[in-house]
Amino acid sequence: METEKRSIQREALAKLIEQWCREGKRVLAPRKSGDKVDFDRVTSLSEVSFDHVQTVQSPKSAVFPRVEELFSFRSADGQVEVRDRELDILPETVVFGLRPCDAAAFAALEAIFNWDAPDRLFTARRARTTLVAVACSRADEYCFCTSVGGGPGAVAGSDILLTDLGQGEFLAEIASAKGREMLQAADSLFGPALDADKESRLAKPAAVFAADAVAAVLAGLFADTAFWEEQSRRCVGCGACAYVCPTCACFDIQDEGGASGKRLRCWDSCGFGLFTLHTSGHNPRPLQSQRWRQRLMHKFSYMPERQGVLGCVGCGRCSRGCPVDMNILEHLRAIAEARP
Amino acid sequence: MNARDVFKPFLMRIEQITEEAPDVRTLRLVFQNEDEGRGFIFRTGQFGEYSVFGEGECTFCIASSPTRQGYIECTFRKAGRVTSALAALETNETVGFRGPYGNVFPIDQWQGRNLLFIAGGIALPPMRSVIWNVLDLRDRYRDVTIVYGARTVADLVYKRELQEWAGRDDVKLVTTVDPGGETPDWQGEIGFVPAVLDKLAPASHDTVAVVCGPPVMIKFTFPVLARLGFAPGDIYTTLENRMKCGVGKCGRCNTGKHFVCKDGPVFTFAQLQEMPQEY
Amino acid sequence: MNALREKARELLATKTVQVVIGYAPGSGGAARALFVREAAQAGELVFDETCLQNLAAYLMKPEVRRLGRAALVARPATLRTILQLAAENQLAESSLLALVPGADGVLSLSTFSAIEAHVAAQDNDLSAAEKSELEKFAAMGLDERREFWQEQFSRCLKCYACRAACPLCYCTRCTVECNQPQWIPVPAHDLGNLEWNVMRAMHLAGRCTNCGDCSRACPVGIPLYLLNQKLCSDVLSSFNQRSGMAARADHSLSTFKPDDPEDFIR
Repeated sequence: METEKRSIQREALAKLIEQWCREGKRVLAPRKSGDKVDFDRVTSLSEVSFDHVQTVQSPKSAVFPRVEELFSFRSADGQVEVRDRELDILPETVVFGLRPCDAAAFAALEAIFNWDAPDRLFTARRARTTLVAVACSRADEYCFCTSVGGGPGAVAGSDILLTDLGQGEFLAEIASAKGREMLQAADSLFGPALDADKESRLAKPAAVFAADAVAAVLAGLFADTAFWEEQSRRCVGCGACAYVCPTCACFDIQDEGGASGKRLRCWDSCGFGLFTLHTSGHNPRPLQSQRWRQRLMHKFSYMPERQGVLGCVGCGRCSRGCPVDMNILEHLRAIAEARP
Repeated sequence: MNARDVFKPFLMRIEQITEEAPDVRTLRLVFQNEDEGRGFIFRTGQFGEYSVFGEGECTFCIASSPTRQGYIECTFRKAGRVTSALAALETNETVGFRGPYGNVFPIDQWQGRNLLFIAGGIALPPMRSVIWNVLDLRDRYRDVTIVYGARTVADLVYKRELQEWAGRDDVKLVTTVDPGGETPDWQGEIGFVPAVLDKLAPASHDTVAVVCGPPVMIKFTFPVLARLGFAPGDIYTTLENRMKCGVGKCGRCNTGKHFVCKDGPVFTFAQLQEMPQEY
Repeated sequence: MNALREKARELLATKTVQVVIGYAPGSGGAARALFVREAAQAGELVFDETCLQNLAAYLMKPEVRRLGRAALVARPATLRTILQLAAENQLAESSLLALVPGADGVLSLSTFSAIEAHVAAQDNDLSAAEKSELEKFAAMGLDERREFWQEQFSRCLKCYACRAACPLCYCTRCTVECNQPQWIPVPAHDLGNLEWNVMRAMHLAGRCTNCGDCSRACPVGIPLYLLNQKLCSDVLSSFNQRSGMAARADHSLSTFKPDDPEDFIR
C-alpha cells in the first residue's frame, strides 16, 4: 500500500486518543514514572512522554504478555475438561508513541510465532493491535537502527507514523490498511499533507556495521571459543536483555492452580543457565559464553537464514537495560570487524 | 478461527500401565474423543508433549509403532515434577497429549537393507517404535540386529519384549550391562555399549545404523561405527533436546538454524556434523 | 589511578595473580567491569566515583574462577562481600587479593584478616541519603508498605538481574527454580513476583552487604536495596550482627544454639 501523507495538530491528537478510549480501545503509550519511561495504559495525550529517546521495555507485551493463559482446565474424578481462551474479549489495542524500530520489531515477532504452525493467541492479539509510531528526533549512543535496516523515520511496520514538525504539528504517514481505517474513523481530526522537510526533523544515528556482514562473519565464528569467552566475560547471565528486547520471544509453559487451573505461557530467556538443561543433567549450553553466542547467533544468523528476518531492530534497550554494560553495538561492531 | 490451538492437548485415557524398570513405566493412551483418534496419524520417530493438568508438560517420543493402531504409548523415567505426577496417575485417568511433532525415521528408504539398532538405557523407547514398525513389516528388510545396554539388569526396559526379540530367529539381539551391573544369572554381555559394538563388529555393507542413548554413549558410538565403515549418512539418531512448545516457537531446542522439534528429532550423523555441537 | 595500574601490571607480570578484575570506562559515562589478564592491558583500568559495581559477584562465576587467582579492585561494600562470602565458606583465602585504591596509592590486602582490619576501620554505615530513604520506608504503616511494594513488584519482569548481579546469590539452583514442590510460581504475575522478591529478601537477611547492585541492576527500577537494608538493620537491632565484618561468623538466621533464649526454637 502506498503511504498516504496527512497532518495532525497536537490538539487533534489529544482528541484522537480520547476517541480511541471512547471506542473502548486500550491505549498503551510511553509514560514517565520517576526517572524511567515505559509503556503504560493512558487515557489522554498529557500522560504521554514525547521527549525520551526510548522506553525501558518494548511494546511486545501488547501481543506477547509476560504471562498469558493459553487455556484453562477443570478436573474431576480423573476426567478433564479443557476450555479455550476466549479470543473475543482480547482488547482492541493502540500502541501509541512507539518508535519506528519498535514497529519494525513486530515483523520479527510475527516470524517467530507464525513461521510454521500459527499461534492462535499471538495472531489474535496482533490482529487487534494498531501501531501509531512517533519518529525519533533524538538518538543516543545505544541506538543503531540504521545498521539493521531501519531508520529514525522509517515507516515500515507502523500503521501510522507521526513526525513532530514543531509548533504542535505532526506529519502523519498512513502506511497500512489498519492505519487507513483509523484515519477514516477520525478523518476530520487530520489535516492535509504538509510541505515539510521530514528528514531535517529526524535523529541521525550513524550506521556502524552492515547486518549482512555480521551474519557472514558469524557463520565462521561459532567455534572461536576464546572470542565468545572474551565478549561475554562480564555478562552475569540474567534475562534483562531478553525481557526488554522487542523481538526476543523465548517462552516457558507452566501450569498453575492445581488440577483445575490454567496453562500459562511466560517469558523466558536463552541467557539463563537452566534454559536448555536436560532432565538427565546434560546441558548443551552450560557456559555463559555459549549462551551469549546463542543470543547473537539467533538474532543475526539463524533468524535471517531461517525466517528471513533479522532478530534485532537496533533499539538499544538491551544495552541500556544491562546491569553490567554488555553493550551490544560494541560487540556487533567487533564481530563485523573480526576476521574468522 | 476454528483451527485447533497448537497448545491445546488431546485428552487421552490411560488404558494400561506397564512397569518397565525402577521408576520407569509405559503408559498406553487412547483418545477420549474417538473422532480425534480416527484423525490421528503419526509415523515412527515422532514425539509429543504429554501433560498432567496442573503440573505441566513434558516431551517424549511416541514409543509405540504406527502399525499398532488405536493407541499410543510413552515410556518415561520418573525424574521431575511432571514425570512424578505422570507416574502417580492410575488407569483410566486423563493425560493431555499434543502431537505428533517432528520428523520421522525414513524407514521406507531403508527397504531391502540391513538394520542395526543400538540403544542405551532409557533411550530404547524411540527405538522400540521403529523396531516394531520394521518387525511388523519384516519382509521389507534384511538382517535386523539390536544392541541394547543399560547400567544394570534392572534398568533394562521392555524386558518382555527383549525376551520376545531374543526368541525370534529373524532378529539378532545383543544385550549388555555396565560392569558391575550384572546379576549372577545374567546371560548377556558385560561392558559399555560402544565396546560391545566394537567386539560384535557388525558388517556395515548396505546397513543402516540407528543409535539412541545418552550423549556420552552416542559420542563414543559414532567413532566405532565410522571405524566399521558406516557412512555418516547411514547413521541415524534422535536428539533429546529440552523442549517446551514442540512447534518451533519457544526457542529451547534451537541448535544452529535448526529447531530440533521441527527439523528433528531424527538426524543423520552427517547432518549432526554440519550442526553446532549444542545438543 | 596510576598506582592501581602499576600494581595490576606488577601482579600480572610476577604471576602473583592471573587476572585483575577492575573497572574500565563504559557506555553512558559509567564504568564497567574489566578483566585484565595481560600486564600490557593494565593501562585500561580506571577508578573513580563512577565505579559502582560490586565486582565480588564475579568471584562466584565458574567462568571467572577458572581464570585463576584474582586481584579484585574493591570498594568498601566489595570488601564486606568478600568477608561475607568467606564466612559462608565460598572463598578460599588463597584465591584472591583485594586492591583498595586510596588517596595515597593502592592497598593490597591478601589475607582475610587484613581485609577484616581494613573493614573495621572503614565507614560501613549507610550514606545519609540511604538512611533517609530507609527511615521514610520504615515510617510507613503496614498497609502503605504493602501498597508500595505491590506497585513496585507489579513491574517486576522476573529477569533475575538482581540475583545475577548479587554476589551473595550464588546458588547453582535458586529456590525459584526448584519445582518439587514448586515453591515460587514461575510466572511474573502478582503472586509470583511477591513471593520471588520476598523470598530473595529473606534469603539475604543478615547476609546482604549493602552494595546496592540489586537496585542498580533492576531494569525497571525497583528499589530492592530498601528491602535488603531494612532486613539488615532488623538483623542488626535484633541480633547485634552486621554482615560482612568477619571472615568467620555465626549466621544470624541459620545458627542454632542450645541455650537460645527463644523457646519456640527448642
